[in-house]
Amino acid sequence: MADDYPKVDRVMGGASGWFSIALPAVLFLYFLGLVPQIAEAPQVRGIEWVPSLGIGLSVLLDGLSLTFALLITGIGTAVTLYSARYLGQHPDYPRFVAYLMMFMVGMLGLVLAGNLISLFVFWEVTTIASYLLIGFNADSAKSRRSALQALLVTGTGGLILLAGMIVLGTVAGSFELVDILSQGDMLREHPWYLAILLLFLAGAFTKSAQVPFHFWLPNAMAAPTPVSAYLHSATMVKGGVYLLARMNPGLGGTEAWFWILTLFGGVTAVFASVMALRQTDIKQVLAYTTLMALGTLTMFIGAGTHYAIMAAMLFLVVHSLYKAALFLMIGIVDHATGTRETGVLGGLSKAMPLTGLAAALAAVSMAGIPPMVGFIGKEFMYKAGLGLGGFGAIWVTVMIFAASVMMFVVAGIVAWKPFRGELRETPHAAHEGPWPMLAGPLGLGALSLIFGLFPGVLAHYFVGPATHAVFGEVREVHLYLWGGINMALILSLLTFLAGWLMYRRHEAIRHRLIRIEQGSRVNFDAGWDRVLDGLKALAAWQTRLIQTGNLQTYMAVIFASFTVLVGTTFLLRGGMGSGINYEADGVHPIQWTVLALIAMGAILATITSSRMTAVAALGVVGIGVALIFIMFSAPDVAITQLLVEVLVVVLVALVMLRLPHLPVRSASGFRAGHAAIAAAFGILSTLVMIAVLQTPFDRRLTDFFEIASWPEAHGRNIVNVILVDFRATDTFGEIVVVVMAAVGAYALLRGAPGAKPTPEDEEPVQVAAADKGEKV
Amino acid sequence: MELLLALTIGVLMASSVYLMLDRNVIRFLFGLILLSNAANLVIFLSGRLTAGAPPLIDEGAYAPTGVVANALPQALVLTAIVIGFGLLAFTLALVYRTYRSLGTVNSDEMRVAEPVSAPKTTPHPDPAAAPGTPPASDPTLDKTDATTTPTGGEARA
Amino acid sequence: MQSLILTTATRLLVALLLVFSIYALLRGHNLPGGGFIGGLIGATGFILYVIATSVSDARSALRADPANIAMLGVGIAAFSGIMGAFAGDAFLTGQWLFLFAAEGEKGLPLSSVLVFDVGVYLAVFGGILTLVFAMEEEI
Repeated sequence: MADDYPKVDRVMGGASGWFSIALPAVLFLYFLGLVPQIAEAPQVRGIEWVPSLGIGLSVLLDGLSLTFALLITGIGTAVTLYSARYLGQHPDYPRFVAYLMMFMVGMLGLVLAGNLISLFVFWEVTTIASYLLIGFNADSAKSRRSALQALLVTGTGGLILLAGMIVLGTVAGSFELVDILSQGDMLREHPWYLAILLLFLAGAFTKSAQVPFHFWLPNAMAAPTPVSAYLHSATMVKGGVYLLARMNPGLGGTEAWFWILTLFGGVTAVFASVMALRQTDIKQVLAYTTLMALGTLTMFIGAGTHYAIMAAMLFLVVHSLYKAALFLMIGIVDHATGTRETGVLGGLSKAMPLTGLAAALAAVSMAGIPPMVGFIGKEFMYKAGLGLGGFGAIWVTVMIFAASVMMFVVAGIVAWKPFRGELRETPHAAHEGPWPMLAGPLGLGALSLIFGLFPGVLAHYFVGPATHAVFGEVREVHLYLWGGINMALILSLLTFLAGWLMYRRHEAIRHRLIRIEQGSRVNFDAGWDRVLDGLKALAAWQTRLIQTGNLQTYMAVIFASFTVLVGTTFLLRGGMGSGINYEADGVHPIQWTVLALIAMGAILATITSSRMTAVAALGVVGIGVALIFIMFSAPDVAITQLLVEVLVVVLVALVMLRLPHLPVRSASGFRAGHAAIAAAFGILSTLVMIAVLQTPFDRRLTDFFEIASWPEAHGRNIVNVILVDFRATDTFGEIVVVVMAAVGAYALLRGAPGAKPTPEDEEPVQVAAADKGEKV
Repeated sequence: MELLLALTIGVLMASSVYLMLDRNVIRFLFGLILLSNAANLVIFLSGRLTAGAPPLIDEGAYAPTGVVANALPQALVLTAIVIGFGLLAFTLALVYRTYRSLGTVNSDEMRVAEPVSAPKTTPHPDPAAAPGTPPASDPTLDKTDATTTPTGGEARA
Repeated sequence: MQSLILTTATRLLVALLLVFSIYALLRGHNLPGGGFIGGLIGATGFILYVIATSVSDARSALRADPANIAMLGVGIAAFSGIMGAFAGDAFLTGQWLFLFAAEGEKGLPLSSVLVFDVGVYLAVFGGILTLVFAMEEEI
C-alpha cells in the first residue's frame, strides 16, 4: 500500500488504535478461559429476539465455534496491533478501525450464533464490512470495483443462503441449530434435501470463493494488507467453510454432499495453486494459496470421515496461523521496500532479519516441513485421503498431493527467494519493521512451531472438540509429529522432492503459465463484467417496459391485474356456488327507480363531455346512494351521505366555476381496451357481491354490539355507540385523517402560482395569456 | 333487491374504472367519487339489507326488539364517507394546483419528474410562463373544448 | 353573490343550522345524529354564509381560524381518550358519571364519550371549513 496520503500525527492510531487492540485482546483472553470448559461439553446460551418467528440470539458454544472465536480474536489482536502502526497515521484510520471492529463483531456473531436467522444476519454484517474494507482506498477505481464485486458475489450467495435457511427451518420446524442438527436423518431423507443443500452450498461457495465464484478473492487484495490478512485469509472467507462444517451433522454424509464438495473443493485447490505459481505480486500469490486452502477445507469436509474432518479442523488452524503471518510479513516488506514483486526482491534477510525469521517460520509450516504444525496437517490430510474408499481416495489424495507440492514451491517463492542472496535495489531502502508490526507474524509463526512440538495441546483443546462438533460423535483425536514409516510419510517425502524440483524451475513454469493464460478465452473476471452489463441492460429494459411514467398505463395494469387475479381465484374456487337465485318479488317500484337513477347517473357521468352535466350526474348518484341508505334503515349514514354529497357538489362546482377552461372531455375519445377492462371489473364486482350474499351471514359481532350497546355503553343508537365507544380508536384515526387532508389541501392551495392574482401579478399573467394566444 | 343492488354496484364500478383510466385527471377525479360510492355500497350490502328497522334501542328496552339493521357496516360506511370526502377534497386541490402549475389536466403531459426524451417537448413548470389565468375571452362556463386551453396542443406541436 | 333575500335569510338560517348541529351532536348517542353529522351540519351552515356574503365575513363571524378549531377537536378527542387512563383503563375507554341517577334511571349522563364526540364534531367542522375557505379564497 502506498504511503502517499497526508499523515496525521497519531501514536499507534490514537485512542481508536488502543481501543481496537484492547477489544480483541480482552475477548481472546475471555474465550481462552472458556476452553477447558467447552472441551468437556458444548453449551447453548441465549436470549429471545423475535419469539413469534422462532428467531433468537442463542449462542452455540462448542469446539468448532470456540476455535473460530479464538482465531478471530487472536489474529484480530495481531492484526489490529499491526494496523495501528501500519495505518495509524492515515487520516481515515478511525473509520478503518470502525469497519474492522464491525467485521470482528459480525464474524464472532456468525460463528457463535445458535440460530440460523441470527447467523444469517451476522453473515451479512461480515459481507458489508468486507465491502467497506476492500473499498477503503475509495479514491481508487480498482478498489471500488473490487469491493463491489465482492459485495455482489457474496451478497447474492447470502440471499440464496437465506432462502435455503428458510426452507431448512420450515422442514425442521425450528431455526435453532441444536434442533436442526439433531434431525440429520430426517433431513437427509426429506424430498427437499437436495434443494436445501444446493442453496446452502451457493452461500458457502460464494463466501469461501470456490471455483467458479473464486474471482472476487484475488481482486479483494485491493484492501490494505492487514485486511487481507484478517478477512480474506484467516477469518471471513472461512465463513463458508464454517457453515459447511456446522451443517455437516444435519446435511452431510450423503452422496451428493460428498461428490459436490470434494469435486469443487479439489478443483479449487489445484486450480488456485497453479494460479498462485503464475503470479509475480507476492500478495496475489498468497491470495491464490488462500483459495487453495479453502478448496482443501471444503474437500475434506465433503469427504466426511472422522479422519477427514479432523484433518480439516487441523488444517483450518494451521492455515490461519501461517497465512495471516505471511500476509502481515509481506505487508512489512511492502512498507519497507515499496514493492511486492517477487522478481525485484532479494537478500532481505540482511536488512530485515526479524521479518525474515517470521517469514521462515510461517513458510516452513506452509511447506509442511517438520517440526512445524504444517507438517502434521499435511500428514493427516494424506492419511485422511488414503483412508477414503474407492475413487474418492484417489481423487482426494491426488488433489492434495498436487496442492501440497505447489504449496512447497510457493513457500519458497514467498519466504525463501526474497530473503536469500544479495540485497537488491528496491524503491525504498529496505529496513527492519517496527515491533508492533513484527509482533503478530512472529507470534503466529512461533505458535506454528509450538503446536508442532506439542500437538497434544492442539488435539485436546481445539481440534478434538471441533472435530467432535462437526462429526457429531466423540472419538479419540490423537495428533503426533512422528507416526512411523507409513504411506503418508512416503507421500510427504515425495512432495518435498517434487516441490524442490519445481521450485528450481518455477520461473520457467510461470512464463509458460502466463502464455497459456494469454491464449485462453476463459476469463472469470471479464465474464463477471459481462454479467453485470447484461444485468444493467435487463434493468433498463424492464424499467422502460414497466415504469413508463404514464398514469393511464399504471391504472390499466392495476385494474387489469386485479380483475385477472380475483377473477381467476373466483373461478377456480367455484365462487358462484349454487348459481344466482333471482327473486324479483318484493322489489318496490321506488327501489327500481332509485337503482335505475344511480346506474344512469354513473353512465351519464362517464359519457358526457359537459362538466356541469357530469357534476349533476355525480350528484344524482350520491343522492341515490343516500336514498338506499334511508330505505334500508341506515338514517345516520343517509344523513352523512346527503351532507357530504352537498359538500362535494359545492366544492367541485366551485373549482369548475373558477376554472372556465378546465376540460372534462375525455382526452382520447372512446377506448375499447379500457372499456373492456372496466366492464370486466364491473361484472366481476357484481359476481363477487352475489357470491358474498350467498354465504351464510356471521352475526356474532353484530349481536355483541346490539346486546352490549345499552347496558355497557349507555347508548341507544348502536351505530353511534360503535363509532364513539366500541371502535373509538378507529374514529380517532379517521378524524385525524380528515384534518390532515384539510390541512394538506390548504397547503396545496396556498401559494399556488397564479392563484388569486394580486394587482401587481395581473400584468405578467395577461402577457403570458396573450403569449399563449399567439402560439395557438 | 340484493341482486339488483349488486348489479348497480357493478355498473358503478365499471363506470368509475373507465373514468379512472382517462388521461384527463378531472375525469379521474369523477371516477374516484363513483368508486367511493360503489365501495360504500359494497360494505353496506355485505352486511345484508334490512328495511324499516334502524339499529336503535327503544326507550326502556335493554336490547333491540325484533330484527334491526346491521349496525356494524353502517358505522364503517359512515366513517368511510367522511374519509372519502377528505380524500376527494385533497385530490381536487391537487388537480387544481397541478393545473395552475403545469397548465394541463392531461396526465401524459405531467412529465416534470420523468421527461420523456428531448427536453423541448417537455412542458417545464416555468412560473413566469405558466398560464396564471387561462384566456378570459371565453364567456361560457360550460366550455369544454380542450384546444383553446393552455394544455397539450402546443406541447405536441 | 349579492342577494338581499339570501343575505337576510342566511343570518337566521346559519343560527338555526348551528343550533340544530349541536342538537344533532347531543342526541347522537341515543338517536340518529352524532359528531360526524353535527359537524357536517354546522359546516354546511357556514358554507351557506360564505356563499351569501364572503369568506372574510364568514371568518370574522367564526372568530377562530377553522384549522385551529379542527386541531382543537383532535386534541379534545385525544384528551377524552386519555381520561380513561385515570381510571386505569385502556386508551379511549368510555368513562361515565350519572348525575341524579335513581333506581332504573340513568339520570343525566356525563361521559368521556360525549367529550370524544365533541372532539369529532369540532374536527369535522373545522376540517371542512378549512378546506372550503381555502378553496374560496385561493381559487
